[in-house]
Amino acid sequence: MLEYLVRRLVYTIPIFLGVSVVCFALVHISPGDPLISILPADASVELQQMLLTLYGFDRSYPEQFVRWLWRALQGDLGTSIATGRPVATEVMRAVYNTLMLAAVATILGFFLGCLFGFVAGYFSNSWVDRLASAIAVLGVSVPHYWLGMVLVIIFSAQLGWLPATGAGPGGSGAWRWDWVHMQFLILPAITMSVIPMGIVARTVRALVADLLAQDFIIGLRAKGLGELGIFWHVVKNAAPTALAVMGLQLGYLLGGSILIETVFSWPGTGLLLNSAIFQRDLPLLQGTILVLALFFVFLNLVVDVLQTALDPRIKRA
Amino acid sequence: MAQTFTRTLAFALVAATALVTPALAQEKVLRIGMTAADIPRTLGQPDQGFEGNRFTGIPIYDSLTQWDLSKADEASVLIPGVATEWSVDESDQTKWVFTLREGVTFHDGSPFDAAAVVWNVDKVLNQEAAHFDASQVGVTASRMPTLRSARVIDDMTVELTTSEPDSFLPINLTNLFMASPAHWQAKFDAVDASVTDPKLRAEQAWTAFAADPSGSGPFRVTAFAPRERLELVPNTEYWDPARTPTIDRVVMIPLPEANARTAALLSGQVDWIEAPSPDAIPQIESRGFTVYSNAQPHVWPWQLSFAEDSPWLDKRVRHAANLCINRSELKELLGGYMAEPVGTVAPGHPWWGNPSFEIKYDPDAARALMSEAGFSAETPLKVKVQTSASGSGQMQPIPMNEYAQQSLRDCFFDVELDVIEWNTLFTNWRRGAKDPTANGANAINVSFAAMDPFFAMVRFTSTAAFPPVSNNWGYFGNDEFDALIATARTTFEADKRDEALAALHARIVEEAPFVWIAHDVGPRAMSPKVGNVVQPRSWFIDIATMTIED
Repeated sequence: MLEYLVRRLVYTIPIFLGVSVVCFALVHISPGDPLISILPADASVELQQMLLTLYGFDRSYPEQFVRWLWRALQGDLGTSIATGRPVATEVMRAVYNTLMLAAVATILGFFLGCLFGFVAGYFSNSWVDRLASAIAVLGVSVPHYWLGMVLVIIFSAQLGWLPATGAGPGGSGAWRWDWVHMQFLILPAITMSVIPMGIVARTVRALVADLLAQDFIIGLRAKGLGELGIFWHVVKNAAPTALAVMGLQLGYLLGGSILIETVFSWPGTGLLLNSAIFQRDLPLLQGTILVLALFFVFLNLVVDVLQTALDPRIKRA
Repeated sequence: MAQTFTRTLAFALVAATALVTPALAQEKVLRIGMTAADIPRTLGQPDQGFEGNRFTGIPIYDSLTQWDLSKADEASVLIPGVATEWSVDESDQTKWVFTLREGVTFHDGSPFDAAAVVWNVDKVLNQEAAHFDASQVGVTASRMPTLRSARVIDDMTVELTTSEPDSFLPINLTNLFMASPAHWQAKFDAVDASVTDPKLRAEQAWTAFAADPSGSGPFRVTAFAPRERLELVPNTEYWDPARTPTIDRVVMIPLPEANARTAALLSGQVDWIEAPSPDAIPQIESRGFTVYSNAQPHVWPWQLSFAEDSPWLDKRVRHAANLCINRSELKELLGGYMAEPVGTVAPGHPWWGNPSFEIKYDPDAARALMSEAGFSAETPLKVKVQTSASGSGQMQPIPMNEYAQQSLRDCFFDVELDVIEWNTLFTNWRRGAKDPTANGANAINVSFAAMDPFFAMVRFTSTAAFPPVSNNWGYFGNDEFDALIATARTTFEADKRDEALAALHARIVEEAPFVWIAHDVGPRAMSPKVGNVVQPRSWFIDIATMTIED
């Protein structure tokens, strides 16, 4: 197990290098001026040149990349052009907020997904299955930003039950796990959970239906094992796949919540990316993408290790 | 005994509640939903365009000169700020002397004086200064392109030097906000001793200053959560009693998404939102909120190309396009939230100038001009306009451009729209109509602020502003315009300078290097509890004089 873990960790080095190259290249090939957030369109040519030099954008791309990577390896992701604040501080604060939202959404999505999936799988081809499957399909199909807006219109603008935006009455820095603050989490978490809920439900349904038809379950039943025992065997066999799917979903939620975080003004990585893109804030953009990509790599690693621990048959080469 | 104790406790609780509740209830808080995606920079020179000046410039800082924001029914004009008077040196018109206001102090208690002015000029113009900050240069230096240096004459008198005689300097100086040198120095001294590089120390000092800024404006910062909220409380020592706030606390929240802003207002999370989406305005009004708007110096035009082979080289065509836009119908399309332009500035403005060409809706006259120029319904003139699908100040670019496209079809124009991403469009604006990035377009749709003469007129009509120097994208200009600009720039008496600018504006309207389509009116929706709201004809609004009703 330890050897496997070390090997997987070593594999992440080329992945990190690849990710850093791709993320640097992507932000630099996109059109627009890297100094647009601090340099109005009517700034003089001399001023433009002076700032390009001061920020190091007059250097060759390879030189810029090596300098950025060297600093990144030491934990310094540079300084945001637009705000002047350290990128690492900005990203880590946003990561924490996104992680909090994604974790709640994941738990919600995973719980509901498993519930619908098991129910549909156990009552395969019945009206219960059709209802649970319909909910799952709806979850996957509904554009989540649209659902977010609808929820805001109903529960915030019309009923006034829940806050429409933000991460707490005093901002995310003053976050507490109490009702006053958690109210801010409800609508974005529900919105964010619908896609993983749908995907997990469909996966679990297929798994459960398949497992229930397998010989070992028939054997267990023939031996007189009760339904609770059968259920436990099904759970154990379905768990690795469901966990793998959920791990991937958590990764997607961490990086793919731009629309939801924008709709709810949730100060996470999605909103940060949105802001960095519109301001052409290259250090912030690079730093955020790099951190998110590394999170994804880390999550995959954790899921792989968990799967191996849960099911010893999964021996990675 | 126990009963007595319980009664006493109950009485004490009731009494304490009675004392505390009114105090809490009476706190007058104004919560604002901005369109910015982040809190504009708080260190003195805000980013995010004029929304930055509106929310983290004017409320927190003072400038030598300022805009009069106290009137809604006339143009916002220049008035003294922390300089009480100023004049140009007649023997050397590149030198200006500013007399400073006595008794002004920064929020940290240090005095405002001539040395503070020099320090604030040096922060953006003197690369040798310890506190020089590259990140503030762009948004400052370009708004005062001729300012070069400052020198202390005495404690309350300062001399500013420009690169050439420039009568626009006092107007430009509304963009130079006075940060506290003493407070910055304290931040600099507090930087960890392990940081030895002076530039890095200065950078860290500015970061710390931004988190805990000190200006001399009517509000001071008490809490700052990047990208989430900024809290201000009144500066009770403010030098202008008329602008000493009565609101206890102002909270600014960045809400870049229009629907999120509307929901925040309707759910009572904020009391004021900037730029509500036109679709939401009827609902907002039906819920008892007030929507304020006023013509502001925010021009939404097509800027035309005068490059070789441009279809706009013919003045009849330019006039025809200006006569063919049914602006009142477009206004209806936008729910009434635009002003119908008749030039870059409106009649009554000091720079109006009474041009001989009248911009109005007259499709018959437009068609006659187009026929005269050789075009007809069968042989329309093909033009191509580069625009964006969204962007800061762009209003509703797609429906508005499509409306103009349809409108102009009636006058023998065949308009092709080239829609590109906003930042790319903004970058192209600087590159000019002859650059490959124009993609064959002979007009560009970038809205602009017309607060000062340089931004409103000079950069679009001076031959010295041809790309890549500035925003004369269309290469419009000639000796006549250069002479008009030079006259305005070297006329130092304010009234006469305005007369010269009026002459320039009149000629611009007559030559029509733009199709003037709309002026923004800066709609903002507010709770009825926000009182004393004056929406001036400006990009800015004075929060300091507002009130909160109980």
